[in-house]
Amino acid sequence: MTDSTNKKDKLPADLIQSGKSPFDKTLGETMRSQGVSRRSFLKFCAATASMMAMSPAMIPKIAHALENARRPSVIWLSFQECTGCTESLTRAHAPSIESLIFDSISLDYHHTLQAAAGHAAEEAREIAMEENFGKYLLVVDGSIPMDNPGYSTIAGISNYDMLMESAKGAAAIIAVGTCATYGGIPHADPNPTGAVSVGDLIKDKPIINVPGCPPIPVVITGVLSHFLTFGTIPELDHIGRPKVFYGQSIHDRCYRRPFYDKGLFAETFDDEGARKGWCLYKLGCKGPTTYNACATTKWNNGTSFPIESGHPCIGCSEPDFWDGGGFYKALSMPTVDVTKAAIYTAAGAAAAGVALGAMNRSKKNAAAAAHADTTIDDLKK
Amino acid sequence: MSEVEFLSWVRGPGFQIAIVIFIAGVIIRFAEILLLGRKTNLAEAKGSEMGGGLRTIVTRSIPDKSTFKRSTFTVIAGYIFHIGLFVTIFLFAPHILLFKDVIGLSWPAVPTAIVDAFAVISIIALLAILVHRMRDNVLKFITTKEDYVVWLLTILPLITGYMAFHRIGMTAPTLLAIHILSVELLLVAFPFTKLMHAFTLVLARWYNGAISGYRGVES
Repeated sequence: MTDSTNKKDKLPADLIQSGKSPFDKTLGETMRSQGVSRRSFLKFCAATASMMAMSPAMIPKIAHALENARRPSVIWLSFQECTGCTESLTRAHAPSIESLIFDSISLDYHHTLQAAAGHAAEEAREIAMEENFGKYLLVVDGSIPMDNPGYSTIAGISNYDMLMESAKGAAAIIAVGTCATYGGIPHADPNPTGAVSVGDLIKDKPIINVPGCPPIPVVITGVLSHFLTFGTIPELDHIGRPKVFYGQSIHDRCYRRPFYDKGLFAETFDDEGARKGWCLYKLGCKGPTTYNACATTKWNNGTSFPIESGHPCIGCSEPDFWDGGGFYKALSMPTVDVTKAAIYTAAGAAAAGVALGAMNRSKKNAAAAAHADTTIDDLKK
Repeated sequence: MSEVEFLSWVRGPGFQIAIVIFIAGVIIRFAEILLLGRKTNLAEAKGSEMGGGLRTIVTRSIPDKSTFKRSTFTVIAGYIFHIGLFVTIFLFAPHILLFKDVIGLSWPAVPTAIVDAFAVISIIALLAILVHRMRDNVLKFITTKEDYVVWLLTILPLITGYMAFHRIGMTAPTLLAIHILSVELLLVAFPFTKLMHAFTLVLARWYNGAISGYRGVES
């Protein structure tokens, strides 16, 4: 992370210049006008640095970059989705620094949150795209239907056309939620709309995948902070997720892990084990195969996460989690009924075995019948 | 194929195919062995076949002194990895869940640290056995390709299981899928290779004991 200081120099000049018009206020100015103290702002910077595994020396650099960043233009496209991602990102319990950072971006288009409607809304998107060509951030939630464009349109524009048009001038794309990152629920078998992810369609732009159903709010503010501080995208794993948040499995960071290792499991949702907070593996927990930050950053201002509330992890930040063989089936169990197949096989094999055995026997008997004694005359031949 | 699809396949159709081949193969081979029959023994019985047979099934689990002296390494290393396989296969909690799902029976598990230790010891024992096989002239002479294939099929689930448990090298879904696939390969090969000894050893020991029992001598 020591070379990160150099990355700051790559920041677009207009991102660090301090504008004067209300629209051009820097993040620092916006936050001061909202009554955020310098102390709590620096606390946020420290938390962001530690969360992203940076050295404490980076804290003033993050603070400096964030304070002086001009509100970046963000265009938010919602396709085949349930609005859960938007709900997650906007519903902080108290006005936190994260939500203020989020409020402080210039969200130029978001059809759930914006006041404008119809042609005015689309115009806002087009203006933002034109004015900030090559610099705006494109955030996408929801999957894109490729079967029939009519499954999901906005202002008569198909999701596919809108994504391709908006992606052209984007500096980077943040795919938010499992639908945008991997197809999510619309992509679940039998995928009636032919849903695909953003990454399936766009290959020539940096894409940051922030999966989850919904994703953790602090993860998206972390990714935004990283982009504003360094002007680059964070290090990603093999399926495009920022490694700082998706680098470890839920299982490895779970506070119930010691129970797994001791062999103490909840067998049902209301037995003694469940009440004592034992491991939920037998109830179908997907923690061992799921990479996300739930176990460390937690939800609702750090209150808890699903496993802490007594429900197994459903693996929502992984591709195709919906088709993973059932949320309540333990990972080591087969996803199909093997017992039935085994019984039918055993019956069939027993019949086949008897038939083969009978054949072998008759072969043996035939060999015995054909047996003739060798005489000394035979050997002379 | 995404890694989750891969995992779903090995947990679903892949596992089903492996189980069908395994069960069909084992039952057909057993039927063939049993139905082949034995020559009628014309000698007068001096003792019970059953008693000698059943006793030998148990007593042959303990090597006699001369065998132990002659092949100390083989006996010790063999015991270690067989016990290790028993612990890792039958006493690891996620495995017990699999048995419960398929055959309906369940039993208590041991802590993961113990299973982990047995897995490591078994892997070391199997590696030592391979080195011994390749360095001993007599063993090398009687070794066939099948012996190496079976050795590989036995050690693979241990290694992939160890990697999946500790999440080494790849992502968790891929590691788990590879581990399950390695077990499926073992199941498919089982009835058609010397792995079948896990079942036929009972027949063979009983037969040895029964011959002695019939003659009224100690086996």
